[in-house]
Amino acid sequence: MGLLSLAIWTPIFFGVVLLALGRDDQTKAVRWFALVGALVSFLLTLPLYDRFKLNTSAMQFVEKESWISTFNVNYHLGVDGISFWFVLLTAFITLIVVIASWESITVRVNQYMGAFLILSGLMIGVFCALDGLLFYVFFEATLIPMYLIIGIWGGANKIYAAFKFFLYTLLGSLLMLVALIYLYTKSGGSFDIATWHQLPLGGTAQTLLFFAFLSAFAVKVPMWPVHTWLPDVHVEAPTGGSAVLAAIMLKLGAYGFLRFSMPIAPDASHEWAWLMVGLSLVAVIYVALVAMVQQDMKKLVAYSSVAHMGFVTLGFFIFNELGVAGGIVQMISHGFVSAAMFLAIGVLYDRMHSREIAAYGGVVKTMPKFAAFVLLFSMANCGLPGTAGFVGEWMVILGAVKANFLLGFAAATALIFGAAYTLWMYKRVYLGPITNKHVKELTDINAREFLVMTLLAVAVLWMGLYPKPFTDVMNASVTDLLKHVAVSKLN
Amino acid sequence: MVMACLITLIDLSVKSTRRTATYILTLLTLGVVAVLSALNAADGQTMYGFGGMTVSDPMSNWLKCAASLAMMVTMVYGRPYSADRGMLRGGEYFTLAMFSLLGMFVMISGSNFLVIYMGLELLTLSSYALVALRRDHATSSEAAMKYFVLGAIASGLLLYGLSMTYGATGSLDVNAVMKAIGSGTVNKEVLVFGLVFIVSGLAFKLGVVPFHMWVPDVYQGAPTSVTLMIGGAPKLAAFAIVIRLLVEGMLPLAFDWQQMLMILAVGSLLVGNLAAIAQTNLKRMLAFSTISQMGFVLIGLLSGVVNGNTFSTTSAYGASMFYVITYVLTTLASFGVIMILAREGFESEEISDLAGLNQVSPLYAGIMAICMFSLAGIPPMVGFYAKLSVLQALISSGQLVSIVLAVFAVMMSLIGAFYYLRVVKVMYFDAPITSSVVVAPTDVRLVLMFNGALVLILGLFPSGLMSLCIEAIKRTLNT
Repeated sequence: MGLLSLAIWTPIFFGVVLLALGRDDQTKAVRWFALVGALVSFLLTLPLYDRFKLNTSAMQFVEKESWISTFNVNYHLGVDGISFWFVLLTAFITLIVVIASWESITVRVNQYMGAFLILSGLMIGVFCALDGLLFYVFFEATLIPMYLIIGIWGGANKIYAAFKFFLYTLLGSLLMLVALIYLYTKSGGSFDIATWHQLPLGGTAQTLLFFAFLSAFAVKVPMWPVHTWLPDVHVEAPTGGSAVLAAIMLKLGAYGFLRFSMPIAPDASHEWAWLMVGLSLVAVIYVALVAMVQQDMKKLVAYSSVAHMGFVTLGFFIFNELGVAGGIVQMISHGFVSAAMFLAIGVLYDRMHSREIAAYGGVVKTMPKFAAFVLLFSMANCGLPGTAGFVGEWMVILGAVKANFLLGFAAATALIFGAAYTLWMYKRVYLGPITNKHVKELTDINAREFLVMTLLAVAVLWMGLYPKPFTDVMNASVTDLLKHVAVSKLN
Repeated sequence: MVMACLITLIDLSVKSTRRTATYILTLLTLGVVAVLSALNAADGQTMYGFGGMTVSDPMSNWLKCAASLAMMVTMVYGRPYSADRGMLRGGEYFTLAMFSLLGMFVMISGSNFLVIYMGLELLTLSSYALVALRRDHATSSEAAMKYFVLGAIASGLLLYGLSMTYGATGSLDVNAVMKAIGSGTVNKEVLVFGLVFIVSGLAFKLGVVPFHMWVPDVYQGAPTSVTLMIGGAPKLAAFAIVIRLLVEGMLPLAFDWQQMLMILAVGSLLVGNLAAIAQTNLKRMLAFSTISQMGFVLIGLLSGVVNGNTFSTTSAYGASMFYVITYVLTTLASFGVIMILAREGFESEEISDLAGLNQVSPLYAGIMAICMFSLAGIPPMVGFYAKLSVLQALISSGQLVSIVLAVFAVMMSLIGAFYYLRVVKVMYFDAPITSSVVVAPTDVRLVLMFNGALVLILGLFPSGLMSLCIEAIKRTLNT
């Protein structure tokens, strides 16, 4: 079994064991077992970093077995510089979520932990799949655990949110399925993504394919105007669900653009780039303004996620190296920062059972350690130099200026809005006088929460101060991708 | 050889009247028949019996194997349920089941229009009686009546169509009809006229729009153990006669019947899915879901011949066969769960009766959830691959209309996902209304666990069954 197979199936194995054997009355054993599972899964992904070769854009750690011979579908795995970091990120965030949900989940713990572990394996599968159908199977299968997580452990309006999440994303992916089968037919019976990259396609076919993929990935990212499911779902999902959703599931969509839309339909991508850039700018500016007026902390962070993902898609569709690499860096950093933001809200919610910004004020006086961590994450969220958030946004803006000065200018203004809504929320929740007597009774974070925050803080600072390991990994692959996209596929 | 197993089968089933003994004997018979058919099928030979009246080819043997296994599982699930409801006072539950299976076998193996018709009648007559088996139950009798009247009309239509074909071609033998049509000397008007009646009759048996009106009533009215007997194995037989009559008998007319099937498919997908949303009764909802699933089967059947080119027939019909088999597998498991939950005097028919099942019994909730996701076509359940292969067959025909139809079909399955998800929602998100423990006999539990696991496992490794179906169709059509 290869390393990637291990990374995918180890968490799924632990998750299935939890579902099969765990009982409601052994919550303690279940939690420890889940922790071991997540830790082992994470450790198993580390050798990947050690053995990853930097100077090639070829797929690495490739595994290929025949899976469904009738359709010529292969169990074909591999990572390149684009997908590499997401394998580690997924395993890392899952570990964090398992620790963070230690006390806040008390009912059916085995199903909760099992669902997260299985989800983790499935998401790693999406990033590693080099076969179109295998990708689709993993991509869709992630809906099932997430649907259950939102529906069982969610808030008051959880059922609405669970359905909205499931049906919204299914709508997009079903159109993608038609596109995949079309490509299979066109390529003479192959689901191999690399083969599709080389497949010559006419203009109309490319446009249709581009929009079929767009329907799947735009909903997942989510891009404006199909972003409306995200705030609803985030508000109702349990803390861990929100963290995984924002940190990783959104990236599945953005990753899809790089793996499918751009290389398979390069001419259509260029032709419709104005649309993508336009939608991204709306997300970056308009959605940031929407975030500013939110009363609910989770909703605010959800809208800020949409705005940050706007930077990612903006970076991709200006077709230069800084932009694309910046987009990927932004995806990784947003993975850390958004997970941290949601987990921080979870810490407060566990104590106060409210997410209303107005219910808080002066938290820094009762929870100084916690407030310090949150300050760091907030700074990262508004892209302060030295934190993870800065690197990606800076690269995207530089790329945009290179492409078109006005574009870069417009993107740069978003930084101001980002700083405005994040810091304003920080001010209202943590600073100022204590107005609510419950805030007075708050206790600072315990050792477990401290550990979670520290791990994330280290990641955020490391990525902000020394981003070289991240960019080095992706350089070769990004260059190669852009070279491929620059060549027209028409005749 | 085929007939030999069938005769033993009748002998065994009518011999004894004691319940347990009959049950075990029935299971044994079914097991033996399944193994024999599988062996025959593995052989891969095509043989004709009774002067060309019946045929034994890989497709028929695999379908027979699947049908007897399905019947076996139905018996296991249905016995405790039927016993609780006084349906086992005589042995007729088993006897009738055996006769209906015999009817299916004859349908699957018939190579002559009359033989096929005879098998069909044997199956439906047994089914009418089975539906009415709860004599003291009003809805049951009503359902039986409806089923009988509508079924008789459909049989009449089919027979009328068959006789027209006979008039046009001068033969009742499937292969001879094919030759006659192929020769081009037949009166095409009479033939197409007959074809319309045949397709209508078949559509009724498959339960597709606009010949679907009996399905919800019968599903809801019949005792659940009988519903499963009607909704499970007979779909395999219905698929077989569609292949025999339309493909083996009338392939040159494919252009005509494919258009008819397309209308039926679009109607089924639309009505089945939209009507299912409005249902509160689980059995009725599953009935409408069956209608839409059959629409997908038709999609596979209508994409076999493109512009007179039979290049993709095997993959298209193979896809349909795969679809039917996996559909039956999933249906078995979901009705199995419904029957387990039904107790003395409580039918567990409403969707809300499943509320909080996950808290009461995670195992059965899990099996039901797997089935629902499979019917909705979410990977990695087997239902996804069924939809995939059918859609692939459709899209590979490469015409604009088929791509439009594919998009329509996936949009309909999005609507379908809603009501399947609603069942999952009730089981997982709602609070339980009763705290009573779910108990099930060991045999039922084991079979159900295996059945549910199979829906998932075939989803992870669909390759074997898929190539088996395609191979069977290929060999069957080549001869």
